[in-house]
Amino acid sequence: MKEKVSEKFLLIISFSAIVSLLLITIFIFAQGFPLIFKAGLKNFFSTHWAPTKGHFGIVSMIIGSLFVTLGALIVGVPLGLACAVFLAEFSPPTIQKVLKPIIELLAGIPSVVYGFIGIVILVPLVRNLFGGSGFSVLTSALVLGIMILPTIVSISYDSLVAVPQTYREGSYALGATKWQTVLMVLFPSARSGIIAAIILGMGRAIGETMAVIMIAGNALKIPHSILDPVRTITSTIALELGYSSGDHRLALFACGSILFIIIIILNIIAIRIGNRE
Amino acid sequence: MPRFILILSLVFLTCASKSGDIIIAGSTSVQPFIEKLAEEFMAKNPKIKINVQGGGSTAGIQAVFNRTCDIGTSSRNLHPSEQGLNVYLMAMDGIAIIVHPTNPLNNLTHEELREIFAGRIKNWKEVGGPDKEIFAVTREEGSGTRGAFEELIMHGTPISDACLVQDSNGAIREIIANTPQAIGYISAGLVNERVKALSIDSIAPTIENYKNGRYKFLRPFLLLTIERPQGVVKSFIDYLLSDTAQKILQHEGLIPAKILNNEREGF
Repeated sequence: MKEKVSEKFLLIISFSAIVSLLLITIFIFAQGFPLIFKAGLKNFFSTHWAPTKGHFGIVSMIIGSLFVTLGALIVGVPLGLACAVFLAEFSPPTIQKVLKPIIELLAGIPSVVYGFIGIVILVPLVRNLFGGSGFSVLTSALVLGIMILPTIVSISYDSLVAVPQTYREGSYALGATKWQTVLMVLFPSARSGIIAAIILGMGRAIGETMAVIMIAGNALKIPHSILDPVRTITSTIALELGYSSGDHRLALFACGSILFIIIIILNIIAIRIGNRE
Repeated sequence: MPRFILILSLVFLTCASKSGDIIIAGSTSVQPFIEKLAEEFMAKNPKIKINVQGGGSTAGIQAVFNRTCDIGTSSRNLHPSEQGLNVYLMAMDGIAIIVHPTNPLNNLTHEELREIFAGRIKNWKEVGGPDKEIFAVTREEGSGTRGAFEELIMHGTPISDACLVQDSNGAIREIIANTPQAIGYISAGLVNERVKALSIDSIAPTIENYKNGRYKFLRPFLLLTIERPQGVVKSFIDYLLSDTAQKILQHEGLIPAKILNNEREGF
C-alpha cells in the first residue's frame, strides 16, 4: 500500500514539470500567434521593427540572436573542451581540486555582474583596440563565451571521466600517445555528453538577456561586422515589455514564440547529431 | 506634544488602508524622485510603508486600471484610450541632450540633433566637432522618454535603427559617461557631473529657461489613481503636491507644478 502511494505521488510530481512546460508553451503561443497572423507573415518576417506603429519585423533580431550565440560558442566551446580535457586527463589531482570548483563558481555569478564587468572593462577595451562603439557582437560573444564555460566544462568533464578506464588502457597498449587517446578514443566515446554540454551552453547563450542588454548595444540594424551593435530576441522582450501595451505586447509574446521554436529546432538538430552512429 | 504625535499616529492608523502600505508603479523617469520623497514621507510617518516600483509609464497606467498599484506614475500624457483616471500633475521635466564631459561641443541646433538621431549626421565633424563617429543612444520602443523625444524633437522623422538602445535613464547616462563619442537624451533632473548637457539652439537646459519657456523640450510627470484618493494614498499625494515636496523637486531639477485635476470637485 505504502509502495503504491509513494509511486503515485512521485508520478504526479514528475508530471508537474511537464505540465508547467505545457502551460508555458500554450500561454506564449496563444498570446503570440494570433498577432503573427493578424500582422501577416510578410510583416512579421521583415526587418522593420516599430511595434507602436504597426511594424513587427523580427528578422534582424533572429539574426542578432543567432550571431551572438554562434559567437559565444566559438569562444566558449574550444575553451570549455580544452579545460575539461585538461581536468579529466592531464591535471594533477591538486590542481584539479582547486580548478574545478573555481570554474563551477563562474556559474553562480549573476548575469548582471557579467554585464557590468562587460560595460566597464570589455566595452572600452574593444572600442580602443578595434574601434566602433565597443557595444558589439564581439563583446557579447566574449562575455557569453565565458558565461557558458561552467556548463560546457562540467558536463563534458563528467562524460570524459565516465569513459571506462579499459578504453584508455587499450589505446595505450596500441601505442597511442595521451593526446591521440583523447582525440581518437575519448572524444568519440564521450560524444553524446560533449554534445549535450554544447546544447546546454547554446541554450544558455541564446536565452541570456541581462548581460546582453548591457553590452550588445541593442541597435535594430543587422550587424555587418563583429564590431557592430546587435539586438537579440530576448533583449527586445526584456527591453520593451515594461512599456508595451496592446499589439506591441502581443508582438513581444510572438517574439517569445519564435525564440521557443528556434530553441526546439536547435535542440532537435543537436540531438540528431548526438545520436547518429 | 508627545500626546499630539500619538493622536496623529492614531489618526494615520485609522486612515490607513488594510495594510498601511502604498504601492506606486510606473515611469522609470519619475521613480527616483518619488523614491526620494517617499523616504522623507516615511521618515515623518513611520507607520506607512511606501513601495516604489518602475516598469514604465504604460505599465504604470495599466497597473492603476488593474488596481495592482495605488498610485501610477507616467512621464507622458495619457492616450485617448487611457482616460477615466484621476490625474495630478506633480512636476514638469526637461529632456536633456547629454554627451561625454570631454566632448568639445556645447551646443547643437535642433535640426542637427534631429539629423543625428535620424542617422543622417554620422560624424562629429559635421556639427563642428572632432573627426569621430557619433554613437547615438536612444530609449526602447514604447518608453515615455522616447515618446516625448519623438514628439518634441524628431517631429515625425523616425529614429534610425542604427542607434544604440538602452532601457533606462540610468543606463543611458552610464553609457554616455563611459563613451567619449556618444550622445543621448535623459530626464534633465538626472543629469550629473559625469555627463554634459548640451544647449539646443543656444538655450541651455536650466531651471530659468524652463520657467521662462525658452527651453521647449518639457514633458509632464503625472500621478494617477483610479478612485478619489483616500487615507494614506491621499495623504501621500497631498504631501507630493505640498510646498515642502515641491521645493525638493525643484531642488532636484524639476519644475514644480500646481494641481491639475481632471475631476471637477478638486482634490
